[in-house]
Amino acid sequence: MSAFPPWSWVPCPKQPWGASASHDVEGYLSLENIILSCYAQEEHDEISCPQKEETSCSEKEELIDIATLVQSNCSKVPYYDLHIIYSASYRVPVLFFRAYYSDGEPLGFNAIEKDLPAHSAKALLDSKWTFITQEEHPYLNRPWFKLHPCGTSEWMKLLFHVDVSVAKNGVTIELYLLSWLSVVGQVVGLRIPLEMLNQP
Amino acid sequence: MMEARKYVWEGAIPLQIHLHESEVTTLPPPLPALILAPRIGYLPLLVPHIKPHFSSTLPPGIDTVWFDYKGLPLKWYIPTGILFDLLCAEPERPWNLTVHFRGYPGNILIPCEGEDSVKWSFINSLKEAAYIINGNCKSVMNMSQPDQVELWRSVINAGNLEAYIRVSSKLKLGTVGDEYAADLYSSSLNSRQSIGDTDSTGQVKTGKCFTLLDAVKSLLPEYFPYKSLNNEESSREEDKDEEKVPSENLSEHVESCYSSDDAEVKLVRIQGIEPKLEIPFSWVVNNLVNPEHFLHLCVCLKLPQVKIPSDT
Repeated sequence: MSAFPPWSWVPCPKQPWGASASHDVEGYLSLENIILSCYAQEEHDEISCPQKEETSCSEKEELIDIATLVQSNCSKVPYYDLHIIYSASYRVPVLFFRAYYSDGEPLGFNAIEKDLPAHSAKALLDSKWTFITQEEHPYLNRPWFKLHPCGTSEWMKLLFHVDVSVAKNGVTIELYLLSWLSVVGQVVGLRIPLEMLNQP
Repeated sequence: MMEARKYVWEGAIPLQIHLHESEVTTLPPPLPALILAPRIGYLPLLVPHIKPHFSSTLPPGIDTVWFDYKGLPLKWYIPTGILFDLLCAEPERPWNLTVHFRGYPGNILIPCEGEDSVKWSFINSLKEAAYIINGNCKSVMNMSQPDQVELWRSVINAGNLEAYIRVSSKLKLGTVGDEYAADLYSSSLNSRQSIGDTDSTGQVKTGKCFTLLDAVKSLLPEYFPYKSLNNEESSREEDKDEEKVPSENLSEHVESCYSSDDAEVKLVRIQGIEPKLEIPFSWVVNNLVNPEHFLHLCVCLKLPQVKIPSDT
């Protein structure tokens, strides 16, 4: 059972005044208004609360509402926006995220650390593979949290090394991202439904 | 070549810093602080020189310093010279900025905890440059502690180019040759198939070389829709070896309306200079690059006039 709606692609035109279309389409993968913490993992349902205002570059697909569960303490449930953005310098995907309560009040780093699953908090502290900093979102020009997976290309190679067919044929972008997300997602407690990984 | 680089390294912007009126608690209000800010430096590093000027008038509380220019909060991790080139199409002398010691706009600016934050940001950019050039950050990450300290000191005491070169040369980030090939070490210039020989000042003796214009065209192709046949060869080469020298194309400064159908590049400003576009790009990189090994190009665009439809 999928706990989260599908990711949507948000294209970002290079210049807002619409210069002649460049063949490079930039943008990012977006998953917004989701709950990562124990609240979600117990119930496997999305808790819906009043939507906050979005600042996407262009139209997004609507999130699928799976079910509604009334929480007695709705305002204290942190919501997350996750964006996967490609880094041209490091040539790997990077996770940007932010967290806020349903009234829109943002969470600082300490609050996020408390909210994350216990094992991922440990992963953060170990900071061998990952490192969280506050940086400017490349498209939205606002401070977001960024997960720096150190040596992404190294451990991605390790992940694919095992599969002989991959070595021969290369790997599709979707499969790459799924594998990448299976590692990175653990830090923020994002679980990938098994069905997604079984697709050819 | 050292002379040009030294000249640029020592460039500075005269600033006139006004304390934001909401933070003035005394009468008469304090006069603005006048300070010469190194182009390659960063605004937060000036705070120790500015604060004494205003400390007697500040309201009680903890300092969270930020600057604005005409109301626009300034990104502290961008070198001062670049902020000036980007935001002042017509250079303002002195440049009038407003300083705030309270009310940090945390929803707009990433946090800054003084010199440490700036140093972290600088090293991070240097790592990024190293990654782009060498495919890994090892040379930066393996810097000894004394080297790191000396490197950072040479940047914040902007006069010390010799110290900077001494330490940064260990990072093996190389200088750029005209052919823009994969190997950037100057010792192998001879072994490459060259389309032009260069002497130490980057002057082209024979043949064609990769110019600043070629570089701008490859970074912003949308403003150069008609590629002439002459440029095709160098552009193709550029496509292959893209990003070998990290150059950062910052948000272009938008100029006022112009009655033509397409947006076009009006000027390119680097370190406050508007170089002739025919200059070899290698010279531009080797002399105008910032200490974090990025070349910052400030591009000014002319935009077409907006035609508003008369009905919906």
